[in-house]
Amino acid sequence: MSLVRDLFTDYTLRNVALGSVVLGIVSGVLGCFAVLRRQGLMGDALAHAALPGVCLAYMITGSKSSLTLIIGAGIAGWIGMLAILAIGRRTKIDQGSALGIVLTVFFGLGVVLLTVIQKGNDPNQAGLDKFLFGQAAALTAEHVTTMSTIGGIGLLFVALLFKEFKVLSFDPEFAGTIGLPVASLGKLLTGLLVLAIVIGLNTVGVILMSAMLIAPASAARQWTHSLGRMVLYSAVIGSASGLTGAIWSVLVPGIPTGPAIVICLGIAVAVSLILGSAQGLAWQSRRRKARRLEDPA
Amino acid sequence: MSTSTQVALVAITAGVSCALVGVFLVLRRMAMMADAISHSVLPGLVAGYVLAKGPNVLVGFLGATAAGLATVVLVELLTKSRRVKEDAAIGLVFPVLFSIGVLVVSKYYANVHIDTDAVLYGEIAFAPFDTLTVAGMDLGPQSLWVLGVLALLNAAFLFLFYKELKLSTFDAGLATTLGFLPTLIHYLLMGMVAVTTVGAFSAVGAILAVALIIVPPVTASLMTDRLPALIAFSILIGGSCGLGGYLLSVYWDVSPAGMIATTLGGVFTAVLFAAPTKGLAAQALRRRRQRSQFSTEMLVVHLAAHEHTPDQDRECTLLHLEQELGWTQEKAIWTVKRAVQSGMINFRDGAMTLTPKGSELARVSVAR
Repeated sequence: MSLVRDLFTDYTLRNVALGSVVLGIVSGVLGCFAVLRRQGLMGDALAHAALPGVCLAYMITGSKSSLTLIIGAGIAGWIGMLAILAIGRRTKIDQGSALGIVLTVFFGLGVVLLTVIQKGNDPNQAGLDKFLFGQAAALTAEHVTTMSTIGGIGLLFVALLFKEFKVLSFDPEFAGTIGLPVASLGKLLTGLLVLAIVIGLNTVGVILMSAMLIAPASAARQWTHSLGRMVLYSAVIGSASGLTGAIWSVLVPGIPTGPAIVICLGIAVAVSLILGSAQGLAWQSRRRKARRLEDPA
Repeated sequence: MSTSTQVALVAITAGVSCALVGVFLVLRRMAMMADAISHSVLPGLVAGYVLAKGPNVLVGFLGATAAGLATVVLVELLTKSRRVKEDAAIGLVFPVLFSIGVLVVSKYYANVHIDTDAVLYGEIAFAPFDTLTVAGMDLGPQSLWVLGVLALLNAAFLFLFYKELKLSTFDAGLATTLGFLPTLIHYLLMGMVAVTTVGAFSAVGAILAVALIIVPPVTASLMTDRLPALIAFSILIGGSCGLGGYLLSVYWDVSPAGMIATTLGGVFTAVLFAAPTKGLAAQALRRRRQRSQFSTEMLVVHLAAHEHTPDQDRECTLLHLEQELGWTQEKAIWTVKRAVQSGMINFRDGAMTLTPKGSELARVSVAR
């Protein structure tokens, strides 16, 4: 029972747990659309693309407050997204290559800027790199508030434009014919992905961000064929894994939070792939038999 | 050989060996697989460390390569189950493998040889650390050696399996029919990607190794459609950006690995705009020319339709063009001016008449 009490009273545990849950919900919801639109790896690319933004935000303002750095990260991520979309539209370069180029080049630029900052011998800059590599254990109440606010904005957009995003994700051509502004909606939805990413950088870091977006959605997909339920299940799976991983990392010394969450997510995906009630592999033969009985031809 | 010459050579060799293996990876639209493999290298290195009970270059190398191949197999299994799309499968497998690696390191080897921070925070923190080694004093000729062997291996691989690679990349079905074992070729290529990533990883860091694998071939693909030229351009871009990036990093005193990636990005952007036929500038120019060609054709066809009719005086004026063809005044004037310049029409006292050349163009346009 002491664990439950600690969840509410222990400052570190409470912030880590809250931060991970908020991230789990937001990335779970937005990840569904990313996965359905085959933009799963967009999250990976944009997370890396955020690095130069973080550095520039610090260089310009000299402030290390989480909001400043998040805004910098968000702007760089947004520019990275526009670059990926523009390369895809204007050239014959495939999406994977476009992602790879933006990911590595932006990141390289970020590494260059980091060395420029470090050369400045500014004692205040220590730990700037940690912002991107995830440091859930150092989450403060200020971080959690910022994360919740930004995540809340993202979820609000999804709630307001759910129908539009649904059509866009499943049938963009139909969305165009019924007069929806497909291009701007697409940019908005990918932009919301950037929101999920910037709040995730604090907790799990750049490398593991793609799993935060893809895993809950992929697991949820195995349990339902309805988008509404998928989004709901995905948020539940994301937040449950976030909570479990956070508790695991706080209770067992030496276990980093980000990887702990991702391993929980990995287990959730594996279980869902096998047991998922909608398309789990375990029920495959039974479903096939049922289909044969229904339709002997 | 001075230290900086050694480093420059390492940068060039890294660029060349990565570009060699990147060509077919990019052509197969599997660029992000390089990213996934580069991250899976970590648990492989850790496994090698555990198996060899200590740091061992060869065992680590084998472990990392095996982990890279395991990533490819897992992604394919997930994709084949048709429960997860390929991009999602890639994005699932490598973070999980990476996390396992990080967990093992931070749990059991926290105070052994491996820098916990660097492992915990991923290759990102590795990169400045590694580049320090590259730019600094303690650069053993070992990494130059490793990369040199890799460049030769990759070149030999491309040379020996050129035909097979080409066929299985551009027409996998035909390759299977002819008995070329595209699956075997696929895994050989993936193995080479894994080995190259591990080799380059120690020199420039994993993510920048990925930059060297992806960016040169994609840039080269904007410059040519011929495979031999594509390979040559890739090597050229990889090697020269390796060298150029390193020199710039010395000049500005910044991270060499980061600067190499930035240089690659600069070259890509420049080529994207200026490439002869596929570049954005060439595209824009072509579109402009087509537009002007089209409006000239519209003009002469319009004139041909009304020439020698009672309406001629009314139809063949500038103002009428604006009304009937929906052109702006600017466009109408511009088009007429161009048509006069190219000898398609005569324009006198506000009235337009077709020249023989213009009549011919109108006839051809209508017939088409």
